[in-house]
Amino acid sequence: MNSRGLRSQLKDSVPVAGFCPQSQFGVQDSLRGGFSSVKNELLPSHPLELSEKNFRLNQDKMNFSTLRNIQGLHAPLKLQMEYQAARQIQRLPFLQSSNLALDTLRGSDDTIGFEDILNDPAQSEMMGEPHMMVEYKMGML
Amino acid sequence: MMALSNVLEAPAAGFNFENSSRNAALQAGLEGQTPRPMKTGTTIAGVVFKDGVVLGADTRATSSEVVADKMCSKIHYMAPNIYCCGAGTAADTEKTTDLVASNLTIFSLNSGRKPRVVMAVNILQDLLYRYRGQIGASLILGGVDCTGSHLYTVGPYGSVDKKPYLAMGSGNLAAMGIMEDGFRPDLELDQAKQLVRSAIQAGILNDLGSGHNIDLCVITDRGVDYIRPYQESQYKDHRTNKYRFRQGTTPVLTDTVVPLELEVVEEKVQQMETS
Repeated sequence: MNSRGLRSQLKDSVPVAGFCPQSQFGVQDSLRGGFSSVKNELLPSHPLELSEKNFRLNQDKMNFSTLRNIQGLHAPLKLQMEYQAARQIQRLPFLQSSNLALDTLRGSDDTIGFEDILNDPAQSEMMGEPHMMVEYKMGML
Repeated sequence: MMALSNVLEAPAAGFNFENSSRNAALQAGLEGQTPRPMKTGTTIAGVVFKDGVVLGADTRATSSEVVADKMCSKIHYMAPNIYCCGAGTAADTEKTTDLVASNLTIFSLNSGRKPRVVMAVNILQDLLYRYRGQIGASLILGGVDCTGSHLYTVGPYGSVDKKPYLAMGSGNLAAMGIMEDGFRPDLELDQAKQLVRSAIQAGILNDLGSGHNIDLCVITDRGVDYIRPYQESQYKDHRTNKYRFRQGTTPVLTDTVVPLELEVVEEKVQQMETS
């Protein structure tokens, strides 16, 4: 079964290292995921994990606050509106979107970083089950 | 809304930290016998002279106590007018310099201008600071652009220094001694090449992590001269004989022939369709 495990969604929670893949009946899948440990799921196992997870968010926040200080409140407001609009242009829920509009707005469409080379989501080998994903998106699940 | 167990959250692009807890557990279990990454325990040096920049490096790459590569190339291309010497973890220096080179090329294509050395330095500094030193790359960048010739060093944590002469790597103390003694402002090309050569030589002789040949790279506003090797190691391997023995060198003492007896068990004839 193609599935990813539970992940805590609390706002101030420490993000989780790996997902614990679940086999049938919801039991911990030791073959694919290794031995489970509560500590591993709650605490980051690498010093960069937290900062990398939130890097883009923090950078955007910093840019917006600088923009607000220089140009006034209207500038980040207008930009954030455009970001919201760009984020809504997506493919079907189980397909990867290129996020071209968002990249252009951010200015990251003419730079190459590690996020373009490593772990490209377009090359990901796991795909969510189409019906499940659409129902989740629609709120029917 | 809570994530459900059968809804896929797409993995974030970039570094994946899934295996880091497993690696920590393995390291504790294996007690020091873990595989070591290839490092370029190195001597790299650079000097600014009258018409441009001279960069130099040795060619040894080590994997703890073993020499992993005798002829490794430590002077990496960044732009037609900018080259970079890398010390530290070999893969990190390679990948980081490649990344910055790609970014500089995109910039040149976008703007139609040659990239400046400060650009490369700033990109590198941001990149290395973001990863808090986990990317082990100490680099010496040198190049000639419209504002003149520049030599910078970027440390693994993102520290930047701009000097007319620099040395980095495990052999940098020996190399720096030679540089401090021999550097003058506005050197000629040959003097600059000799100075860098002597600095790298000092590193090779006094540091175990550096060795073998010396590569030089001369960058001027007229172009780049990549001299590889500038000086070859005196411990080159000269095999003067062929070590293959001719047939008949070993005398045959006895000869025993055992025929393998086969008997026909079954015979089947199948007609082939040739029409």
